[in-house]
Amino acid sequence: MTTTPPFDDLAARARELLALIEATDSLDELRQSESALVGKRSPLAAWQKSLGSLDAAQRAAAGARLQEVRRQVETALAERRDVLERQAREERAAQDRLDLGDVVVRSVRTPLRAGHPGLVAVTQRELEDVFVAMGFTVAEGPEVETDWYNFEALNIPPAHPARGMWDTFYVGLGEPETVVLRTHTSPTQVHLMEDAVAHGTLPIHAVAPGRCYRRDTPDSRHLAVFHQIEGLVVDRDVTFADMAGVIETFTRAYFGPDITSRLRPAYFPFTEPSAEFEITCTICRGAGCRTCSSTGWIELGGCGMVDPAVFEAVGIDVERWQGFAFGFGIDRCAQMRFGIADMRALVENDVRFLEQFS
Amino acid sequence: MRVALSWLREFVDLPESADELREILDDLGLVVEAIERVGEPLEEVVVARVDEIRSIPGADRIRLVVVDAGNGPLEIVCGATNFDVGDHVPLARVGAVLPGDVVIARRQMRGVTSNGMLCSSRELGLSDEHEGLMLLQGVENRLGEPLHEVLGIASDVIFDISIEGNRPDAWSVVGVARDLATRLNRTLRPARLATIQSSLPTATVAAAGIDDPHLCGRLTVSVVRGVSVGPSPAWVAQRLESAGLRPISNVVDASNLVMLELGQPTHPYDASRVAGRTLRARRARPDEQLVTLDGVTRQLARAGRGLGDTGVDCVIVDGEDTVLGLAGIMGGASSEITADTTEILLEAAYFDPMTIARSSKRHGLRTEASVRFERGVDPELAPRAVARIVSILSESCPNLEWLADPLDVRGIVPAPPTVELRGGDIERILGASLDRDEVTRLLEGLGFSVTAGSTSLFVIAPSARLDVRHGAAGRADVVEEIARLHGYRRLARRSPSWAEPGALSERTRLRRRVRDVAVDLGLYEVWTPTLVSDEEFDLVARGEQRVRVTNPLASGESTLRATLLTGVVRAWARNVERGLGDVVVGEIGTVFTHPATRGGRTTRGGVAGATTLTLPGEHERLTVVLGRPEDDATTAVAWWSVLAERLGLTDIVVRSRDDLEGGVHATRGAQLVDRETGAVLGQVGEVEVDLVTAVAPGMRERRLGLLDVDLDAVADSLRVRRRDTVAVVPSRFPSALLDLALVTPQSVHVQDLAAALRTSSPLVESVQVFDVFRSVSLPVGTRSVAYTIRLGSSDHTLSDEEIRAARESLLASAVSMGATLR
Repeated sequence: MTTTPPFDDLAARARELLALIEATDSLDELRQSESALVGKRSPLAAWQKSLGSLDAAQRAAAGARLQEVRRQVETALAERRDVLERQAREERAAQDRLDLGDVVVRSVRTPLRAGHPGLVAVTQRELEDVFVAMGFTVAEGPEVETDWYNFEALNIPPAHPARGMWDTFYVGLGEPETVVLRTHTSPTQVHLMEDAVAHGTLPIHAVAPGRCYRRDTPDSRHLAVFHQIEGLVVDRDVTFADMAGVIETFTRAYFGPDITSRLRPAYFPFTEPSAEFEITCTICRGAGCRTCSSTGWIELGGCGMVDPAVFEAVGIDVERWQGFAFGFGIDRCAQMRFGIADMRALVENDVRFLEQFS
Repeated sequence: MRVALSWLREFVDLPESADELREILDDLGLVVEAIERVGEPLEEVVVARVDEIRSIPGADRIRLVVVDAGNGPLEIVCGATNFDVGDHVPLARVGAVLPGDVVIARRQMRGVTSNGMLCSSRELGLSDEHEGLMLLQGVENRLGEPLHEVLGIASDVIFDISIEGNRPDAWSVVGVARDLATRLNRTLRPARLATIQSSLPTATVAAAGIDDPHLCGRLTVSVVRGVSVGPSPAWVAQRLESAGLRPISNVVDASNLVMLELGQPTHPYDASRVAGRTLRARRARPDEQLVTLDGVTRQLARAGRGLGDTGVDCVIVDGEDTVLGLAGIMGGASSEITADTTEILLEAAYFDPMTIARSSKRHGLRTEASVRFERGVDPELAPRAVARIVSILSESCPNLEWLADPLDVRGIVPAPPTVELRGGDIERILGASLDRDEVTRLLEGLGFSVTAGSTSLFVIAPSARLDVRHGAAGRADVVEEIARLHGYRRLARRSPSWAEPGALSERTRLRRRVRDVAVDLGLYEVWTPTLVSDEEFDLVARGEQRVRVTNPLASGESTLRATLLTGVVRAWARNVERGLGDVVVGEIGTVFTHPATRGGRTTRGGVAGATTLTLPGEHERLTVVLGRPEDDATTAVAWWSVLAERLGLTDIVVRSRDDLEGGVHATRGAQLVDRETGAVLGQVGEVEVDLVTAVAPGMRERRLGLLDVDLDAVADSLRVRRRDTVAVVPSRFPSALLDLALVTPQSVHVQDLAAALRTSSPLVESVQVFDVFRSVSLPVGTRSVAYTIRLGSSDHTLSDEEIRAARESLLASAVSMGATLR
C-alpha cells in the first residue's frame, strides 16, 4: 500500500515538530512558532488539506494519525508554555528578590494616616473596662469545645430538650456530635471554676468575652458568628440582689444614667433562679417605639444564680459557695449603642463603616 | 403557646385588660410574644340579600350586584360568582374598615358606582376561606343587622406565650391560669369532669400492660362506647382554632382540647382495630418498623448520632404484639379513628421524658404530644384528663358510655422531692427576706404542700412539677418559684464589693497594645469569617489536615480557617472594588490547627466529661495586609519594627527565607526570629501574587505588604526576650559616635553583625544601622553596611586611646564575621 507524502513518514515529521518545540526557550519565541506549528499555514494544516487527495479507505487511517500528531504537538506546546512560564516567574521572582534583613527601617517612607479599630473590638474594650472598674478580672476560653464544657457541665445533659435552645455546629472530631463550636461563652464558666478548684483560687469575679457560633441563618439582628461577654461571680455570700445590682451598675455605666435595667423570670439550665434582663429601650428611651414593640424595654441578656448542679459538676461545695452568672451579646450592645439597622454591616468590612469608630 | 383570654377566664376571674395581663404574664416569666385580638366587632358590616345580578358592559370579571341590607336597593360591584339571587351575604358598607385597615369607599368602576363591598370570610378576618363570598344561612329576617351579632362572634384576645423549658406545668391553659391566680391571690376554678356511669368494668373488655417500667411510668386505658364520630360543638372548634389547631372530629378534637387545657396528651384508638383491645408499652426491638400517621415508615430501635443515644424507642403494641404507635410521639395509621368508629380505647400515659426526647430527635418527629412528654407531663394527671375528654365528648355523643374502673398500670415515676428550706435559705439566695406566710401562700397556690418546722419549711412539689429537684438544686428551684410569684422587680438590689481587684488579663493587655499600635500606624481592623471553603483553606494550607464542621450552613463555610490572610486579602480586595482600597487592613483573630498535626489542646470530653479528648489548637494572630500604593515588604518591615519596639521586644531578627509558607511571596519574605531563643514570632514581606489572583481574580498586579504575627509566641516569655525591667540611667559623660561602613558578605545578617559589634567592647552603648547598599564596585556577594556606634562610659569621658581601642575591637569582631572596612 502506498500513500502520498507526508503520510508515509508522518512519525518522523512529527518528531521534527516536537523537537522544534522543545528547543524553544522563550515565551515570545513560543508564541511565534505556535502559528507556524498549528496555525493556518502550518504543515499540519497543509497535511490536513492533502487528506482530500487520498482515497476513502486511506483517508480514514491517515486522518486518525494526523489527529494524533496534532494532539501531540498541542500537548507539547502547552507543556512547554508551562515550563517557560514557570521559568519566567522564577526569573522575575529572582530579580524581585529582596533581602528584608537589609531594610533600613529609618529610611522607609510611609504615609501618616491613622486607621480604625473594628466595632466589636471597640465595644468589647469598653465593656471590659466597665467590668474591670467594678472589680472583675477578664478571662477567655477556647472556641472549640467538647460536649462537656458547652453543655453537660452546664446541666444540659445529652438529648436534653433545652439543647434545642442552641443551634449547634458540630466539629468532625471524636464521636459524632461530641465536639462543638461553642454556642455561648458559658463554657468559660466551667473552665474558670475547674481551674479555681484545681488551684484553690476561689473566689471568682470574672468576665469572659469571646466569639460564639450558632447554626442560624444570618439576618439583620443575628449573625451565625457573634460575640458574647459572660460574667461569673463565685463567692461566699453573693446573692440574687448582688446580681441585680451588678447588672444595674453595668447598664448605667455603659448605656448612660438614663438607662435602667429590670429582670424577669426565665429559664437557663445552668442558673436557678434565672432571669432575662431587659434595659430601657435605647432608641426611644423608654417611651415605646417599633424597636421595643412599644414596651419601652429591650431584652439584653440572661442571668441567674449558678445552678447547684453546675457547682456539683465542677466540684464546688454548694454549702460554702454561691454564685451568679450573666451573659449578653457584644455585637448587640454595639448595634444598640450605634443604632445599626443591619448587623451584617459588621462583617462587610467596608472601610467607610470602619471609619466611624475609634 | 396561644392562649385565649376567654379560656383563661373560665379558670380564674380576670377583669384586667389585655395590656395589664401582658405585664403580669411577662413578670411571671410567661413572656407574651404577641397579642392578637379576634372577633372585634366590624363596624358597618351587615347582612344583605342579593336581589339582582347584572353584567357590566365591557367587563367580564366583575358584575353589578343589587342587594338589600334593610333599607332599599344598593348597587355593589363584585368579582365573586359563587352566589345567586336570594342568597344572603356580608356587606361592608361605605366607611367600614376591614382587617388590615382596608377602608371601604364609594368607587367608580367601568362607569358604574360601587356602594360598598361584598365580602369573603377571609376579607372579614373570620377564616382563611377566600373561594368567593361568605354565604350566610338562616338570616332571612336579619337584613341590615351587624354581622358579628348575627354570627354570635364574641371578641377575644389571644396571648402568644413562650413557655420556658422548665415549666412543663405551665404548658396548658390551666397552668397559666394557676400562675395568674396565685400572683393575683384569686381562686382557681377546676375544669368540668365527667363521672363514670357504666357498671361494666373496663377489665372485662380491655387489657393494659407495661413491659418496661423505665420507659413508661403510667399507662391508663379507658374504654368509651357509644361514640358517634362527627363535628365538634362550635365552642370546641373555636377553642382549638384560637390555639391554632384545626378541628378534625369530635373525638380527636376532645383529645386535643384537653391537651391544650390541662396539659395531658392522650391517644384515642378505634377499639375494634386494636387486637385484643389491649395496649402495652414496651421497648421497640431492632428491625421493627412502623408507619406513623404522617405516612412515613420509621425504623425503630436504631442507635442515633447524639452522645450516648443507644436507640431506645418506647412503643405501644396491641394484644398480638404489633406496634401501633411511637409512644408519646405519634400513632400509627392502623388503629386511627375513622368516621365509623363507635368504641374507642383512650390511652393517657406518662412516658420517660428523656426517652421521648431522644426518640423525637432521632426520628426528626416533633409533635404537640412529644414536646410535652419530653419536658414531663404530670404523672397524676391522666385520670382527670380522661374524665374531661369524656365530659366534652358526651356533648356530641348522647349515648356515650365510659366503662368503670379504667385500667391503670404503673411503672416507675419520679417521686416528688421534699425540699427543706432552712431558715435564712431564701435570704441567702435572694439577698432579701420574704414573709413566711407569703412564701407559704405562694407555694400552696402553685400546688406545693408546705409544712412548717421550727425554723425550716418542708416543701413537697406537686406531681406536675417534674422540674423541681432534690437537695440544693431543689432549694434553688423552689426559691425561684417564690421569687417569680413574688415578682423579680420587687426584690432588692445591692451593689456588691469584694477585696480582689479587677484586672485585664495579660493577653487582653497585649492584644490591646498590638491593636493600638497597628491602628495608629493606619490599620483598618476587619472581622473575616472563621468558617471557610475547602478551596480557600487550600490557598494557604494545602495538604494540611482540615478541621471540619459536619453540619455547615453552606458548603463554602465548612472548614475552620488556618490563616487570617485569605480573609484579610478578600476584605481588602472588596474595598478596592468599591474604590476604597488605598488602605491597610488586618485582623486580630484565632486560627485553628488539626489536633493530629500540631498544637492540639487536650481537654475533658465524653459522657460526664469522663474521657480526655484532643481538640484543635487555637492560635491568635495579627495579620496585616498593607495595600496603600507605595506599600511593599519594606513598609511591612518598618511596621514590624514599630510594633516590636512598642511591645518591648529587644532582639528579633528579620531573616529572609525562600521557603516560607502561608501565602508569603517567594523571594520577598522573612521570618521574625528571636535571636536568643530561636523562636519564630511570625513572618513579614509581601503577599504571594498567586494568592491575590486566586482571592481577587482580575485584580491588577501590585505589591501588598504583609505582616503576620503569632501573638501566642509574642506572649510567651519562654519564646521571646523582652526589654529588661531594670532601667539604665544614661551616662552623664559625653559619648562618642563612630560610623563604620563594612563590606559584608550577603550571607551575614545586618542584625547579626550589629549584635556582634554590640558585644565587641564594653564601651559600646548602641549600634544602629543607617545604610545598606550594593554596588558593582564591591566584591561579588557582598554589600556595604554602615553602622553608627555610640561609645560611652558611666564614670568618665572616653579618651582617644579608649575610642581607638574600641574601634579596633569593633573591626576585629567585624572581621571575624567576614566583614571588612570599606
